[in-house]
Amino acid sequence: MKRAQGDRIFWLFAFFSSLSVIIMFTLLFYELLANSLPIWSRGIDFITGMVWNPLKGLFGALPFIYGTLVTASLAILLSAFLGVGIAIFLSEIVSGGIRDTISSIIELVAAIPSVIIGLWGIFVLAPFVRDSLQPLLQHLSFIPLFSGRTLSGLSMLTAILILTFMVTPIVAAIAKDALLMVPEDLKEALYSLGATRYEVIRNVCIPYARQGIFGGVILGYGRALGETMAVTMVIGNTPAISASLLNPGYTMAAVIANEFTEATGDVYLSALIGIALLLLLISLAVNLVGRMIVWKWQQES
Amino acid sequence: MRSQVKKASIAIFVGLALLFAGCAGSGGGKEKVTITGAGATFPYPLIAKWADEYGKITGGNVSINYQSIGSGGGIRQITAKTVDFGASDAPMKPEEFEKAKGILHIPETIGAVVIAYNLPIEGRLKLSGEVLADIYLGKITRWNDKRIAELNPDIELPDHEIIVVKRADGSGTTFIFTDYLSSVSKEWEEKIGRGKVFSFPQAIGSRGVQAKGNEGVTAVIKQNPYSIGYIELAYALQNSVSFALLKNRAGNFVDANVETVAAAAASAANKLPKGDESWYGVSIVNADGENAYPIASFSYLLVYKDLSYMQEKKAKALVEFLKWVVTDGQKYAEALHYVPLPEEVVKRNLETISMIKW
Repeated sequence: MKRAQGDRIFWLFAFFSSLSVIIMFTLLFYELLANSLPIWSRGIDFITGMVWNPLKGLFGALPFIYGTLVTASLAILLSAFLGVGIAIFLSEIVSGGIRDTISSIIELVAAIPSVIIGLWGIFVLAPFVRDSLQPLLQHLSFIPLFSGRTLSGLSMLTAILILTFMVTPIVAAIAKDALLMVPEDLKEALYSLGATRYEVIRNVCIPYARQGIFGGVILGYGRALGETMAVTMVIGNTPAISASLLNPGYTMAAVIANEFTEATGDVYLSALIGIALLLLLISLAVNLVGRMIVWKWQQES
Repeated sequence: MRSQVKKASIAIFVGLALLFAGCAGSGGGKEKVTITGAGATFPYPLIAKWADEYGKITGGNVSINYQSIGSGGGIRQITAKTVDFGASDAPMKPEEFEKAKGILHIPETIGAVVIAYNLPIEGRLKLSGEVLADIYLGKITRWNDKRIAELNPDIELPDHEIIVVKRADGSGTTFIFTDYLSSVSKEWEEKIGRGKVFSFPQAIGSRGVQAKGNEGVTAVIKQNPYSIGYIELAYALQNSVSFALLKNRAGNFVDANVETVAAAAASAANKLPKGDESWYGVSIVNADGENAYPIASFSYLLVYKDLSYMQEKKAKALVEFLKWVVTDGQKYAEALHYVPLPEEVVKRNLETISMIKW
């Protein structure tokens, strides 16, 4: 009798915990929507507007959407390569003590608070971009991506580098775990047929672990989209859309963090909350697309 | 056996919880009063010091709890009466004053905004309001522009672009700065105006940088030669950043220090409104006075004239605290790089405080 009761209590606890998460999310969504209504009455101008000038009552969210998507996407591109590379190194090339040590260091880096990384960005990375990286990239200035310039080192490129630094450990850790789960006998089979290490990794390990690796990439992308402090300290905080990565930019999370406390007036506040809602929707969309891809892979296998 | 141990441990746990709850509740003989406040980040170090000292003076009976959530937040909270006093770097706008009927403005301290720069020059840079406005409008783009050179005849100015730094986040510092530029430049007032945030004009282009917080602007200036920016006096002093001598209304180039900033406040003292009137438009930038520093501003405490909505004990404690803040409390200001209120303003404040009823 007691054991059945205990079971029931546990079931109720698990059920209500899950329910509470769903309720919290729904409430969050509702609050964001309700408090941003004034800005939605301006219609599509809010999302497509390119000018953000609160003093003149102009609220266009496009520069922030652009900044968020560009910095996060380019950062995850770099992080995916680096992260999977590190994961392959840790799972296939080294073993035992070296693997554990490097894994621990990577996990430590993932745990560094973003404010500290932001400080490092202002004092080390930004001057580096300004003095060392920028002169190199100016040779490539015929490509629009590198055509601008930054006099202070605060730019979208710096933000991308800092996001890469923060997201790579996440991708690396999750991809490493996924790769370690590849059954030994599958690999042995291919090795016995005379395959090189690269061929084994490419034909067995990655395909087998691709769901896990992809999950890590999506998680990293989510982090990159929402990262606030480190980005706002190095991106230059200028609400403008420019093709060049060397120009400053602005992200949705950064503008909310910067302007929310002093925002006065219903429209201004609702504009910032509207940006928060857009960020939430973009994160949801990314996760949804990720899930669909993973689901498709499951169907294939 | 197991169920007995379980029952016993539950009993002990509950007993301990009650014991701690009881202790937290009463605590000695005299009942304590907690006064809550919220608002501007600028005066936070000073208010924290006041809270500490006043707690000692009252033997721990009155404790002040201040949250520095920003002037906007402070105004929102006091309007909703969720805190006992608010703090703001800028006076309430007319719409805000309408919503907070019966609010009193009490200047608690004076802040100054200095123009910091990073230049490889000998001696201190001199600037005037018009030149500063034109730098921020993007009309003056290089350091050796003749308009800057004619203010600094003995300095060899470098031929380099000016990196213009401003705040990305909404702040009272930006408000004071734009208030000053609006009062010395018609073009600035029309094109940009006064605000806690503003956007760089197109002409600034890639020379413009926006940083977060006074700390951010200070860091960017220190990292980047040929940059110019505006920060609170305290930050400049604490981080040994060079700042410019500014030409005041009387035509003198003044430094920013306790005397010059207090002079700015003193000259405006007799033009201040009554405590219960709207203080919108009160500004001590570009003040008269031979020695007045041109970019200064009050920071305000906001409290209601009619405290009958509060417990009588708390209302009395609040009024006593406010009286102490504007008189004895001022002696803690200088050590923290704030400027104490001049006599005339203290008198005006005491009049305002005497209006409070409970």
